[in-house]
Amino acid sequence: MSEFLQHLVNGVSVGTIYALIALGYTMVYGVLKLINFAHGDVYMVGAFAAFYIANALGVGDSPTLGKTLLVFTGSMAVCAGLGYAIERLAYRPLRERPRLTSLITAIGVSFLLEYGFQLAPFESITSMEFPPGPTPRFFPELFPRTVWLQIGEVAISNIDVLSLLVAIALMIGLEFIVYRTKFGTAMRAVSFDPQTAALMGIPVDRVISITFALGSALAAAAAVLVAISRPRIDPLMGMMPGLKAFVAAVFGGIGNVPGAMVGGIVLGLAEEFVAGYGVSSFRDAIAFAILIAVLLIRPQGLFGRQSVEKV
Amino acid sequence: MSDVVLLAKNVTMRFGGLTALNDFNLELKPRELVGLIGPNGAGKTTAFNALSGVYAPTEGTVSVGGEVVNGRRPNEISRLGLARTFQNIRLFKKLSVLDNVRLACHAKGKSELWQALLLTAEHERREAEMEKRAFELLDFMELSGRADEEAASLPYGMQRRLEIVRALATGPKVLCLDEPAAGMNATETAALMKLIHAIREKFGVAVLLIEHDMRLVMGISERLVVLDHGVTIAQGKPEAVRKDPKVIEAYLGVEEGHAPLDPEKA
Repeated sequence: MSEFLQHLVNGVSVGTIYALIALGYTMVYGVLKLINFAHGDVYMVGAFAAFYIANALGVGDSPTLGKTLLVFTGSMAVCAGLGYAIERLAYRPLRERPRLTSLITAIGVSFLLEYGFQLAPFESITSMEFPPGPTPRFFPELFPRTVWLQIGEVAISNIDVLSLLVAIALMIGLEFIVYRTKFGTAMRAVSFDPQTAALMGIPVDRVISITFALGSALAAAAAVLVAISRPRIDPLMGMMPGLKAFVAAVFGGIGNVPGAMVGGIVLGLAEEFVAGYGVSSFRDAIAFAILIAVLLIRPQGLFGRQSVEKV
Repeated sequence: MSDVVLLAKNVTMRFGGLTALNDFNLELKPRELVGLIGPNGAGKTTAFNALSGVYAPTEGTVSVGGEVVNGRRPNEISRLGLARTFQNIRLFKKLSVLDNVRLACHAKGKSELWQALLLTAEHERREAEMEKRAFELLDFMELSGRADEEAASLPYGMQRRLEIVRALATGPKVLCLDEPAAGMNATETAALMKLIHAIREKFGVAVLLIEHDMRLVMGISERLVVLDHGVTIAQGKPEAVRKDPKVIEAYLGVEEGHAPLDPEKA
C-alpha cells in the first residue's frame, strides 16, 4: 500500500510537470495549428535562465524566499521573451506558407537551441559561462529539501508539495486567463476561426504572440520546478520531457487546455506505475505506447472533438 | 473625402488567370443604404473580401473613412470602421452569445492582459461598460434572453441576427451584410429588411447589402450596384436599374422577360 502511495505521489509530481509543458503545446496548437517542436527546448532554456539568475543572485550561499521568487519569475520572463521572439522571427514570416514549412522550422529552432547551448562559452564577452556547453551543470539549491509529511513509509518532501502547489496555481491562473478574460476569449475565437476573428477587429498577431509568451513561461516554471528536485541540467534535457509533454497534449486532445492538464497527470502516473510495478526501463516507452494507442483508438484525444476538415 | 465612409477605386481582384472582380468602383456616404446585387458567382463576395481586407486587391485602392487600407490587416480595417457579416454564418460557435458580442466590443477598446490579471478597477469598469453595450445591442435585436447560450444552439434566423449584432459591436461606420436573408422565409426576410432600416437609423451607419434576390433589395436600397462576371454592368436608382436591359439579361437570360423583377408581383 505504501509503495502504491509513493508511486502515486511521484506520478502526480512528474505529471504536473508534463502538464505544464503540455499546456504550451496545446495553446500554440490551438491558435496556430502548429506543433511547436522547439517547446521542449524552451523548457531547457528556462532551466538555464534560472541557473544563471540563481548564480548571479548567489542563491547557493544564502537562499531566501525572495531570491527563489526572483529565480522563478526571472526565468519565466526570459522564456516568455524567447517564445515571443521565436514566433516573431521564425514562425510569423512563414504563416501563409504550407503548414509543413512551419513544422520543419520548429524542428530547426529546436536544434538551434539544443546545439547552440552546447557551444563552448564565449568567455571573452561575458564573465558568465554562456553558452553553457555540453557538460551538465548543477542547479544551486534554492532551499534545503525536508520531509514535510511522513505517512508510514511514504515520504512527501517540501519540494513535492511546492511543485504541486505552484503547478496548480499556474494552471488555475491559466484557466482564469483562458476562460475569464477578454484575452482568453479572443484566444478561443482565434483558435476557432482566425480569419473571422481578424474581421471582427481582434488583433490576431498579438493574440498569437501572447499565447507563445504564456506557454513558454509555463515551460520555464516547469523547468525550475524540475531543477529544484533534480538539479542536473544540460542542453539536451528538454528533448524527452518535450516529447512526453507532446504525448500528454495529444492524449488530452491537442488544442484543449483542460485536456493537457489531465493528459500530463495521467502520463506521469502511467510512467511511475509502469516503472514501479513493471519494468523500469519501460518508463520512457509507455509514453509512446500511449501515443500510438491514442492515435489508433481516439485520434482526437480524450477531450478533443472530431475535427471536420474545412474545405 | 470626409463625407465618404467607404471608397473603392478601380479595384480589381485576380486569382491566377481568373479575374473575379474587374475595375470595381463604389462610393458610400454616411447613412447610405446601397445594394450590391448580381447573379450567383458575379463577384459580390469577392468585392466584400477585397473591401474588408480578406484579400489585398490586385489593383486599385480601397479607403475606409478616408484612409487607404490596401494591404492592411483585417483587424486594422475593422478598427477604421468597416464591419461585415458572412454569407455562410461564421459565428464563434463554441462561445456564448454574449461573448461573441463582447469580443467585438472589446476589439475596439484598449484593454490589457495585465490589467485583467491584476483585476484593476479601471479594467473592471471597462468590462462592465462593454457588457452593458453588448446587452444594449442584444436587446435591440431581441437576443438578450439567450445571452448565455452557446452561439451554435441558436436557431438559424437568430444566428444571422447575432452576426449582425457582432458586426455592430465593433462600432462601424460601414456595415457590410453578405446575403443576410439567405435561407430565411418570406416573413423572416421582411422582418429582417425592416430591421436593417432600423439599424441604419439607430446607429447611423452606412449599409452595403449583398443580395442575389433582386426583389428583396429593390424595396430597401437607395442605390444599386449590379455585378455580373466581376464586371459592374449597372448602377443607380433601383427603378432605373430594374429596367436596364443588361441587368435583365444577366439575371434572366434574354428570353424570359422581366416580370419577376417587379416587386409588386412578388
